[in-house]
Amino acid sequence: MAKVVGDIVIDIEKCKGCSVCIPACPNDVIALSKNVNGKGYNYAETINEECIGCANCAIVCPDGVITVYRKKLD
Amino acid sequence: MALISKEEIRKPENLIYKKTPLLTDKPLSYCPGCGHGTAHRIVMEVLEEMGIQDKTIGIAPVGCSVLAYEFMNIDMQQAAHGRAPAVATAVKRLNPDKFVFTYQGDGDLAAIGTAETIHACNRGENIVIIFINNGIYGMTGGQMAPTTLPGMKSSTSPYGRDVHTMGNPLKITELIAQLPGTIYVTRQAVHTPGNVRKTKKAVRKAFENQKLNKGLSFVEIVSNCNSGWKMAPVKSNEWMVENMFPYYPLGDIKVNED
Amino acid sequence: MKELRLMKGNEAFAEAAIRAGADGYFGYPITPQSEVMEYLMAEKPHERTGMVVLQAESEVAAINMVYGGAACGKRVLTSSSSPGISLKQEGISYIAGAELPCVILNVVRGGPGLGTIQPSQSDYFQSTKGGGHGDYKLIVLAPSSVQEMADFARLGFDLAFKYRNPVLVLSDGAIGQMMEKVELDEQRPRFTEAEIISNTPWATTGKTIDRERNIVTSLDLDSGKQELHNLALQAKYREIEHNETRYEAISCDDAEYLIVAYGTSARLSQKAVDLLRAEGYKVGLLRPITLFPFPSAIIAKLAGQVKGILTVEMSAGQMIEDVRLAVGCRVKVEHFGRMGGIIPSPTEVVEAMHTKIIGG
Repeated sequence: MAKVVGDIVIDIEKCKGCSVCIPACPNDVIALSKNVNGKGYNYAETINEECIGCANCAIVCPDGVITVYRKKLD
Repeated sequence: MALISKEEIRKPENLIYKKTPLLTDKPLSYCPGCGHGTAHRIVMEVLEEMGIQDKTIGIAPVGCSVLAYEFMNIDMQQAAHGRAPAVATAVKRLNPDKFVFTYQGDGDLAAIGTAETIHACNRGENIVIIFINNGIYGMTGGQMAPTTLPGMKSSTSPYGRDVHTMGNPLKITELIAQLPGTIYVTRQAVHTPGNVRKTKKAVRKAFENQKLNKGLSFVEIVSNCNSGWKMAPVKSNEWMVENMFPYYPLGDIKVNED
Repeated sequence: MKELRLMKGNEAFAEAAIRAGADGYFGYPITPQSEVMEYLMAEKPHERTGMVVLQAESEVAAINMVYGGAACGKRVLTSSSSPGISLKQEGISYIAGAELPCVILNVVRGGPGLGTIQPSQSDYFQSTKGGGHGDYKLIVLAPSSVQEMADFARLGFDLAFKYRNPVLVLSDGAIGQMMEKVELDEQRPRFTEAEIISNTPWATTGKTIDRERNIVTSLDLDSGKQELHNLALQAKYREIEHNETRYEAISCDDAEYLIVAYGTSARLSQKAVDLLRAEGYKVGLLRPITLFPFPSAIIAKLAGQVKGILTVEMSAGQMIEDVRLAVGCRVKVEHFGRMGGIIPSPTEVVEAMHTKIIGG
């Protein structure tokens, strides 16, 4: 069976740290950073490499700051 | 675990989701976690997928979303409080080949604009109404709205909404579903990936109805107002599920396939 | 070819609007102007020119329909009478703020409140000093005949589009209801889509790839930008004052006394001028055709020539304030008028001229 790997890119300057993406992720890939962005928000960041590129985080992100990639590994 | 580098994954051919170009690059003015942003994106994604950006005119009246024109990369009109359905009526009547939608909040659509809402629905104007119901006036600072739940606290019902003196929450979506002019009436939400997908299908169906000149489609989106409700975003979504959904149950209310 | 007809003022306005190439009319019934929409509905302009006619659920909805249509670069209009015009004020303020062209007809009846259905001119302040919130001006045209009801529908559209500004045709129940001979213009075609895109490039016609999106709004939360917007509006109003002031001067050349009156009051004042001249008094009539811009310069000039000025208005005296501003304190300016829907007779005007100006 082909394995799927994914990755997300978060526009951290536009992230407002609302955390809505965190429970949407099936693999607990996302958490809020201890650091803050220019607006003072603790932005979302990836904390492991379990992303499968399902895009759940991106489609619930109210600010549309997440870009999603997915690749099938043969 | 990493059998492959991030650089290899992040290639254009592997891109599966990015913000639609029909949203501008301006950061949204909404509070963190507010459903407005997701709702904006859904509408813009539908317009992009249907390829109708150049034929669409959006109308956003007073409320948190009065600045929607800053974010939606389409021709837009800002309307007076409550009057968007009247504005949209004329836009569509005078431009029957264009796609026309309003994007309204609950105070706008179900209080000050009740007459315009009901009559546009009753005339069966061939438009789409997107109705964001978060049970509160967000922009003016969390006052009681027509859709505020019984007992729910707001800045003008600080001891909770007393239905004996403040009236009952208005289920305007059920009300307009009674009117022969509405073709499709549905209530959705945008707090989980599954709900976002359902809402997008509903919005797509609404615009497809307009394409087929079927009449008025009405999509209510029950949403959070974490600032007005005074909760953290994720907590407000949980509160919404527990309290708003029993009063405003999700799903299609009217689907007229004729 | 022009066409001669016997018509009511309200009907002439409606027919002229069709012929002026109007795209849409949105209204709500109210006496004494309901014939405008009745005529349009019966005439089926959709079959003649493609013009849309819609009875709205309220005056509020109707003016917001006008907002929507105007924001698309269409020639749109509404009509109402005083209480209904009060309801439209919010929308008119938005239209003025967003700089949208449209024509609004007010067939004035007596107020305040529900008042009466009889003719009046007591909406002068509302029409010329704002009406709704904010610093704005309407171009105000005051017809005094059925012919002008027809002419000002077309002129109204032309001025509205020239200046991106709402035009108010300030009529009254007498002009709206009376029948006169009227010469109607030929049908002018409605704007094509290409004309709209080229003539009104700001209009919301759908964002194409070759331009930025068009936004129609009266909102700017940045105070600096909002002030600049207001300054631009004021500059436009000064330009309108410079270019568009209209009046009719009747028997003014040798006048020793002057009456200033518009609309129905001008008609009966013209008769009063004849009666006074028969008595040997050299009286002239200055009839403002535009109430904004107000013909202050000609009134100021005539003030240097006459001994006294009477304003005749079917109100407690509203336009008199603008006449006094134009005159300064150089000559006496008095008011005569009736209220409550009563039209004064020419002999009453003659009497007022004697008691307040000539003998006063």
